[in-house]
This record gives sequence, structure tokens and C-alpha cells, in this order.
Amino acid sequence: MTTTTPAPGEFHVVGDDIRDAAAPTGPIERRWDDRKFNAKLVNPANRRKIKVIVVGTGLAGASAAATLGEAGYQVVSFCYQDSPRRAHSIAAQGGINAAKNYRNDGDSIYRLFYDTVKGGDFRSRESNVYRLAQVSVNIIDQCVAQGVPFAREYGGLLDNRSFGGVQVSRTFYARGQTGQQLLIGAYQALERQIGAGTVEMNTRHEMLEVILVPDADGVERARGIVVRDMVTGEIETHTADAVVLATGGYGNVFFLSTNAMGSNTTATWRAHKKGAYFANPCYTQIHPTCIPVSGEYQSKLTLMSESLRNDGRIWVPKKEGDDRPASQIPEDERDYYLERIYPSFGNLVPRDIASRAAKYQCDDGKGVGPGGLGVYLDFADAIERLGRPAVEAKYGNLFDMYARITGEDPYSEPMRIYPAVHYVMGGLWVDYDLQTNITGLFCAGEANFSDHGANRLGASALMQGLADGYFVLPNTLADYLAASPFEKIADDHPRVVEARQEVEARITKLLEIDGTRTVDSIHKELGHIMWEYCGMERTAEGLTKAVGLIRELKNEFWTNVKVTGVNEELNQTLERAGRVADFLELGELMCIDALNRAESCGGHFRAESQTEDGEAMRHDDQFAYVSAWEYDTDGDGQTPILHKEPLEYEYVEMKARSYK
Amino acid sequence: MKITVNIWRQKDADAKGSMVTYPLESVDEHMSFLEMLDVLNEKLTIDGEDPVAFDSDCREGICGTCGVVINGIPHGPEVTTTCQLHMRTFKDGDTIDIEPWRAGAFPVVKDLVVDRGSFDRIIQAGGYISAPTGAAVEANNIPVPKADADHAFEAATCIGCGACVAACPNGSAMLFTASKITHLGLLPQGQPERDSRVLGMVEQHDAEGFGGCTNIGECTAACPKGIPLDVISRLNRDLLGALSRQAVGS
Repeated sequence: MTTTTPAPGEFHVVGDDIRDAAAPTGPIERRWDDRKFNAKLVNPANRRKIKVIVVGTGLAGASAAATLGEAGYQVVSFCYQDSPRRAHSIAAQGGINAAKNYRNDGDSIYRLFYDTVKGGDFRSRESNVYRLAQVSVNIIDQCVAQGVPFAREYGGLLDNRSFGGVQVSRTFYARGQTGQQLLIGAYQALERQIGAGTVEMNTRHEMLEVILVPDADGVERARGIVVRDMVTGEIETHTADAVVLATGGYGNVFFLSTNAMGSNTTATWRAHKKGAYFANPCYTQIHPTCIPVSGEYQSKLTLMSESLRNDGRIWVPKKEGDDRPASQIPEDERDYYLERIYPSFGNLVPRDIASRAAKYQCDDGKGVGPGGLGVYLDFADAIERLGRPAVEAKYGNLFDMYARITGEDPYSEPMRIYPAVHYVMGGLWVDYDLQTNITGLFCAGEANFSDHGANRLGASALMQGLADGYFVLPNTLADYLAASPFEKIADDHPRVVEARQEVEARITKLLEIDGTRTVDSIHKELGHIMWEYCGMERTAEGLTKAVGLIRELKNEFWTNVKVTGVNEELNQTLERAGRVADFLELGELMCIDALNRAESCGGHFRAESQTEDGEAMRHDDQFAYVSAWEYDTDGDGQTPILHKEPLEYEYVEMKARSYK
Repeated sequence: MKITVNIWRQKDADAKGSMVTYPLESVDEHMSFLEMLDVLNEKLTIDGEDPVAFDSDCREGICGTCGVVINGIPHGPEVTTTCQLHMRTFKDGDTIDIEPWRAGAFPVVKDLVVDRGSFDRIIQAGGYISAPTGAAVEANNIPVPKADADHAFEAATCIGCGACVAACPNGSAMLFTASKITHLGLLPQGQPERDSRVLGMVEQHDAEGFGGCTNIGECTAACPKGIPLDVISRLNRDLLGALSRQAVGS
């Protein structure tokens, strides 16, 4: 039962445990087949009477919309960009995993499953991950059929590389632009359906609310959305039989991240405020090899492929505050700290360990570059050993990118790198069918929480987005839609009108405040709080402080923000204001979630929970569960309700990681 | 450094626009070009003026959202996207003209923002391989010679930013259209629809109001991804073949 007041030192209350009711049981390798076999089907002739809304056109959204369109449903698709081809999946560099075992190196569906569960630090669901590994092979087939130009061997067959600390070569890639090529593939499939009339595309439209309508039995169902036409400002309502959110991650809560400028949480946060559980919001992946911040004007961070760590050596000066140029620091005054602390893995330790180690060096005053927030990544040894042409052939495009952004030549002086927020494992809670706890509201891709546990392995984000969109949703959604078409919802239905009025009132309020702070200045302040207290290392004390600071900042926002212009125009300040308002609330929940999880796991490191030598320490006895947060509607979000979904491991034995 | 910017301001698609001058006192050479505009917009907002509308998203040169004409050159003096251009390219005291893409088929939405929906419609007209989900054969059953795969990849790196159109004296989108024809036409999977693809895409290209190609080459010079001009030769060859096959009814 739910208690009504938080325990001392806490901000939340605990509700009933939840279960994934859609999850099949039985042998793990049969579960997905069983689920598909037991799912109800929709007669092809009925599909054209059924309408599905898909929000977002990244890998998950574009692939879902295209596939549902091909199947014959009426699909209505939305994106905030000017074209579906611009969704941020396009920026993924490294590759996509699939258990093809083309290299005959012992890979299998079971091994990909095992690596992903272990990589997720035992905080993901076995059934989901197994399904992901199963459909990974179909994804590659599908993409090749569409003309995705993956790298190939001279014999004409597909090439693979190893990626992200696994021992098999299962990553398919298209130079350093795999995300771009996969997204263009999905985009072209989507455009084909738009041309065929099965998908109606709405670009420059931002979703601002979900519409829930009770059915005859009183069950609240997601039946539509409210969107703003970003060119005219018109507030539109769209109704359908089901709603799919594929709206990406919320890394921009940190202001600076590798996400696109427009990436935001508004769609998922609005759904959360309407009752959808938000799962594991504190699980954030921080990538160690990004280009450091150069000044206060910085608008975003750029990732460089972590393949650089294969040949680059990471170091800082041994002396605090040493401001000599790198070339003048003699060898014996350099600390190659990863090689020193982790002699067996050295510079190739996992992302979270490399990131945290860099932070500690900078905290100790040994950081390099502007503000002391950077460490060296040095290729001098590699250039000497392999020769410059070989280094150029391997990393030329990354070196060029670095030189373009920083104005420095990484062939003659070491690169400077610093960790940056890159991906979030948290997202809307979904069951095995990718349905949220709101009936008829589905969530796919980075926007959901489902497959990566507390940490995502490299080259697995693209795999999950496409698995959800091409193969999982079209099957599980059919099971839900078999009972449709549902009763048609009129535009003047009280719930539709109410949702629309809520959106309009919020916009009016934002425009009326007319204070003195810009939206970006508040967003930056939120970012600083999140990075300081809910970033690479978290403590109970810091998180408690952060909740207070965010609450103050939220108040500052709603009383002193300045939004110029009017609603009835292209108004980019208004767009950003709405997103930042939601980031403020999400940031608070992230801190509360991080505070509750008094253990270290994956991307979540609590300073209080580490071994004597500074390694992350899980507490499986207390925290082997998914934290699914319910919005506290009565208390205006002040006291979120925690529902725990216990995690059980039948196939993979829970073990502690060690990289020493 | 001190910079003066002249920026095209236009309230909406129907309004008449004009260049407006803004002085900027302290521009850091490490700022990106768009961060310079961010700083200007922060100042305009505090002063209660309407900030300059411009498009950008990934800010790492891959999404193709950003793009303005800088001193008469799409994406500016370096061959890169606007977001990857940095202020160190300019000197203290410089004056910079900033305009939207200029082309009939890219109407201005507001200030520096244009509507590039015509590109999506060209893709709808055939810029794909029809491969419904689930129908694919095992991936390695379709070997592709490495040279063809690499060449297809290079054409497929087009980011659809529209700099080629903005650079072309004819306002032609042939480089964009031809990069897709080349990407898909070089692959075995792309052969069954090769004729219908080129016919459909070129017809849509013309219907959108893009101009004809007269092989001037400004497009490829402005292309941030270095898509070569020879993709247009390939398009012309495919088009000629498709038209002649259509004429004889085979």
C-alpha cells in the first residue's frame, strides 16, 4: 500500500510493486515466438479503418511508421524537425550489433543476450534482451534489402568490427556514419509510405499533450495527442486508436550533451504527468571521449568515437595546476592514470570507469585546457609505432573533426577530451509489448527504458531502435488493435477540449511571465546542477541539495522567464521554454530516483556504494528492481510514488564486474 | 573580437524582408558560427527584441538542418556545414552578411529558416528500394563488390541540407537528386526500380520548381560532404536509358 508522507530524508513514497503482465514465460528462446503466436491478429481488410499516431521519426519512429503503413494501417506521423530525415539517430557513429556470427568467432544470439544483460549491470529484463538479440539478425537483413551501404569485404560480403569491450566482432558499420545510413534507410521506407498515402507526415509539429479518453468500461485509453504547428502556432488535436511515442532521450536535461539542440523530454514527460510511469530516470550514460567545453557560450558537445582509445594514451600532468604545454611536460612527469590503475584493461576500461577517472583527475586540479576540465588523449606513441599514414587511415576523419572544432592539430599535440552526457537508459516504463501502463500508449526506442538496464553497450542503441520499430511493435500493437477500431472521438469531446485548453493555457502563461531571465540561462543553470550533483558521481547529500536547488530554479522559471514574441508565429524561444519547463520537472525526478537508489550500478555511481579500491558496488539484495515512478497528481509532483518491478535472473548469473 | 553581422530579417513567408545590422562586441574565436548567433539572440531577448530565427539541430555536421548563406557562399568560406564553421575563420572587425538559402523551391518561412519539403517529395517519388519489413533475404545472399559499395556509400552521405540548390545559379537540385540515384543505382538491390526511380524523381524535381542543370559545378563546390559532380552524369545516363526504354515500351 502507498504511504502518504515521505520517510525522513526522502522525497518520495512507495507504492505497490508492479509486474510485467505481458511477459511470456517458458524457455527463453521460445518466448518471443510464443508471444507472437498468442497475439491477436488484425485482418488486413480492417487495418485501413484503424488509425495509429507515431510521434518521432528517428530509427524507432520511422521504422514503426513505415512498417505499420506497409501493413495497411492509417498512420499519422509527427516530428519537430523540418524533415523526418533529421532525427538525432542520424548522428550515431559507431555501428549496430547483430548476432550473425559471420566471423565464426563463437557469437550467437545467446552470447549477445548474455553480453547485454551483463553490460546492463543486471538491471534489465532477460526476456526483453533475449528478444532484442533474436531480432538483431533480421535488422541487418532488412537494412541491406533497403540499400543501406554497410562496409564490405573485397569478396562483397559484409564486414564486421569489434566494439565496446566485447570479445567478438558483431558490429556492422558504415564508416563512422552508421546512424546516418540506417536512418536514411528507414526514412526512405517512410517516404515510400507517405507517397503511397498510408502515412500522413506532419513535420515541424511538436507534441505537447496526450489525450486520454475512458472507454465504455471506464478504462482510460490513449486516444490522441495535442500538437503545435511550429510555423503557424496553431494548436491541433489528433485522435487515433493507439499512440506510439518514439521521441528519443532526455540527455539535454544537462543542457550540454551530445544530443541535438531540439532533443527533449516533452512528449514522454507529458505522458508521465497523465499517468505513465517513468522508469529508472537516473540511468544516464556519460561518454568519456568528447571534445571539452571551450567557453560559457558552448551550446552542445561533440562525441568522438571511443575507438580512439584503442591507440591513444590518456594522461594528465602529475603536478597539480601544471600549465606547461603538453610537449614541455617530460615523460616522468606524466600520469597515465588508466594504465596505472587498471593495468590489464588500461585505456580500454568501460565508458563509465574512464569517465569517472577523468573527473577525479580534474577534481584534483590536474585537468588540462580551459577551466581545467580535460585530460590528454595522446597519439604520439601510436604515430611513432605505426607511422602517421596508418594513424591517418584509421582515425583521419576524427582527427579532422577535432581540428575543425578546436583549431588544434592532434597530430602534433595531444587531443583534449572530457566526458559528456550521451544517452539515457531510463525512459517510460513499458511492458514486454512496449505498452506503457496507460492502455493504448506505446513507447519505443531510447524513449522507453526497456533493454539496456543501467548501462548500454556500444552499438546497441541503433539495434534497439530498429528492433522496436521494425519487428516488435508491429506485432504487439496488432494484439492491442485487434479490438479496434474503437469508438470515434469527436473534436469537441470534453477530454479533447480539456487537453487542448491545458496546452493553450500553458503557452499563454509562458508568454505572460515577461521576466528578466532568458530560457537558455535557466536551462544552463539546470544543466550545471544536474552535472554537479546527478552526473558521474552522486551522493545522498548532493542529490538532496540538488532537489532543493531545482525547486528554486523551477520557481524562478515560472516567475521570471522571458519569452519573446507571440504564439501565432515561428517562435523558437517559446518552443525552448516549453521544453525547459519539462526538463526542470524531470531533473527533479532524476535526482529523487538517484537518491533512492543507494547503490552503484552501470551509469549510476553512488559515492557511498563503492569497494575499498573505488569500484562500483551493486546491492542486489536491495535494488534488483526497476524503479517505475508515478506522477503525484494531487501534490503537483512534489511526492512521486515509487513502484518496484522486481528483476529475476534465470539464465545469467548475477556477478560483479571487474576490470583490474 | 568585434564583428558586425548583416542578417536577413523576414517576419513570415508573406512579409517583405530586409537586411538588418547588429554589432557584436566580444566574439570568441572558438565559438561556432551558430553559437555566435546564439549569443546575439540572448542579447536580443534581454533587450525585448525578436531573436533571429535559424534552423539547427545536431550541430555536428550530419543532420543537414542548418545552413545559411554567409558572405554570398552557402555554409560560408570553409567547405563544411554552418554548424561546423568557427569564428576563428573571421578577423576582428569583419562584417558578415547572413542570408537564407535563396531558391524558388525553398520558400522562406521566417528570417533564415526555409521550407525544404520539396526534398522529401523528391524522395517520395522514387528515392527508395521497395523492401517491406520482413521480406528481406539473408543479408550475405546479396554480395556487393566493395568498390560499388564504397561508391554507393559516398553518394549516400548527402545530408540533404540544400547548399547545392542555394549555390546553383539555376536553383537546381540535381546534385541532391543524383546522389540518391547513384546510391541506389549502384547496388544490386536497387536495379528493379532503377528506371522508375530516375523518371519519378526527375519529374518531381522539375514539378517542385527547381531549375535545370547546366553543369556549372557550384553545387559540388559548396557541398559540405563533397558529393562529386559525376553523380549527375550517372543520373543523366540513367535517365536517357529509362526514357528510351519507355519510348520503345520495354
